[in-house]
Amino acid sequence: MKFKAMTAIAALVISTPFMASADADDDQLVVNGEIEMITKAPAPAHLADALDEVISGWHMRSDETQEMQADDFDNPAMIFVEQAQDDWNTVMGTKDKSCASCHDNVEDSMAGVRTVYPKWNDAKETVYTMEMQINDCLTDGMGADAWKKSGAKMARMEALISVQSRGMPMNVAIDGPAEATWEQGKDLYYSRTGQLDLSCASCHEENYGNRIRSDHLSQGHINGFPVYRLKNSKLTTPHGRFKGCVRDTRAETYKPGSAEFIALELYVASRGNGLSVEAPSVRN
Amino acid sequence: MKLSTLTLAAIMTAGAAIAGPVAPADVVFSEGAVAASLSGQPGDVANGAKIMSSKKLGNCIACHEVTALSEAPFHGEVGPLLDGVGDRWNQAELRGILSNAKLTYEGTVMPAYYKVDGFNRPGKAYTGKAADGPLDPLLSAQQIEDVVAFLMTLKDE
Ligand code: HEC
Ligand code: HEC
Repeated sequence: MKFKAMTAIAALVISTPFMASADADDDQLVVNGEIEMITKAPAPAHLADALDEVISGWHMRSDETQEMQADDFDNPAMIFVEQAQDDWNTVMGTKDKSCASCHDNVEDSMAGVRTVYPKWNDAKETVYTMEMQINDCLTDGMGADAWKKSGAKMARMEALISVQSRGMPMNVAIDGPAEATWEQGKDLYYSRTGQLDLSCASCHEENYGNRIRSDHLSQGHINGFPVYRLKNSKLTTPHGRFKGCVRDTRAETYKPGSAEFIALELYVASRGNGLSVEAPSVRN
Repeated sequence: MKLSTLTLAAIMTAGAAIAGPVAPADVVFSEGAVAASLSGQPGDVANGAKIMSSKKLGNCIACHEVTALSEAPFHGEVGPLLDGVGDRWNQAELRGILSNAKLTYEGTVMPAYYKVDGFNRPGKAYTGKAADGPLDPLLSAQQIEDVVAFLMTLKDE
């Protein structure tokens, strides 16, 4: 905070070329000219001591990147959504079923689903990510093989399901039976790791809006996930992103699908409660 | 690992006359500052500038803006502007901030460049895998001295 003020003053006084404007811009995201996205919202109650406002990472990206996300024809992630639509209708496994056999039209059956994941699964008595639910459908429901955690097929199916909730605010439950997992996720969020000794909060809570090398730090929300990354032209899942960020602290990472990343996903998702589902978003 | 062998060699060859590099665990801090050169040698200003700009070495400009290094791309804004830092701190204090900034700034996000233990889940550099042996410090004793020498040149006229 203190240093944000300092850097802002420094920028005004010397205005060197490499000091581009910090902080979030005031642009508005309306997808396809019709879906109005909530990209800034009052922080959820559980974050009140840390943040006043939650801000989508979309605001930290360049105008060109932002525009790609504003129209499905320009959004390179939509091709993966189309592929997942084919998967949705494809019969797989020993029970001769497709996703559509149980869930009919994805547009109707999956609307709103993304806003509440990860969520407590009563039957399994544990917090479920969307990925875990998809794999249960594949194995138990369809007699098919599970998909690789955070793999390409999984990411695109998550994208297809998430698209059906675009514009709706994230609303993950953090109390009741999910609370212990949420607390574990919160601990992980604030735990420093690696030889650089940084936590998620070091970058995404204490320094959002600041540049770190060429990157403009966001608050690290996952309302836009899976996200299409221009740097590798692929969809990235939340666990894939977490892994990269932990690796960048010179730490031993956790594995995608691990209990730690499930807890972290619940916690990080809850920090973005109130922001619209933006998936599939476009980032660098 | 590399460094402790070095220290040993230095002690054996140089005897008591010149102190060799101080191992990270043996650095003596006094209120965050470190009085003696870590390598026993003076620092090289030009090399210090290189270390600060290089992504593979100090990568200091990832977080700090430094006008004297404005040729190098991508200065960050996570830490304060370092212009004039040679007036704000003396050599011993800068050496201390570099070696372990947390002893000067409690809870800072600035990494400790001359520290090898006490980390949570230390990795093997940026591979994401567990470290497979003792860690090397982020910068060597001489590299720290080089950076300190460069920082001492950052004075407001
Ligand atoms: C060393 C700094 C650093 C640390 C520590 C760090 N991140 Fe990041 N993170 C980044 C950068 C840089 C980006 C890319 C720019 C952006 O979107 O913020 C990023 C992006 C993200 C994004 C994507 C946001 C978006 O809108 O696309 C998420 C999610 C995220 N981080 C979560 C985490 C979590 C969870 C942790 C801790 C386990 C963490 N990060 C630790 C630097 C860091
Ligand atoms: C991950 C971010 C980060 C990196 C990398 C980093 N620093 Fe810092 N540095 C900071 C922050 C933040 C502060 C301010 C202390 C605080 O309040 O936490 C700081 C403070 C300092 C100060 C005192 C500044 C003053 O105005 O009095 C010096 C000197 C310094 N850093 C030098 C360096 C050098 C040299 C390197 C690389 C070898 C480096 N830093 C790498 C974040 C960083």
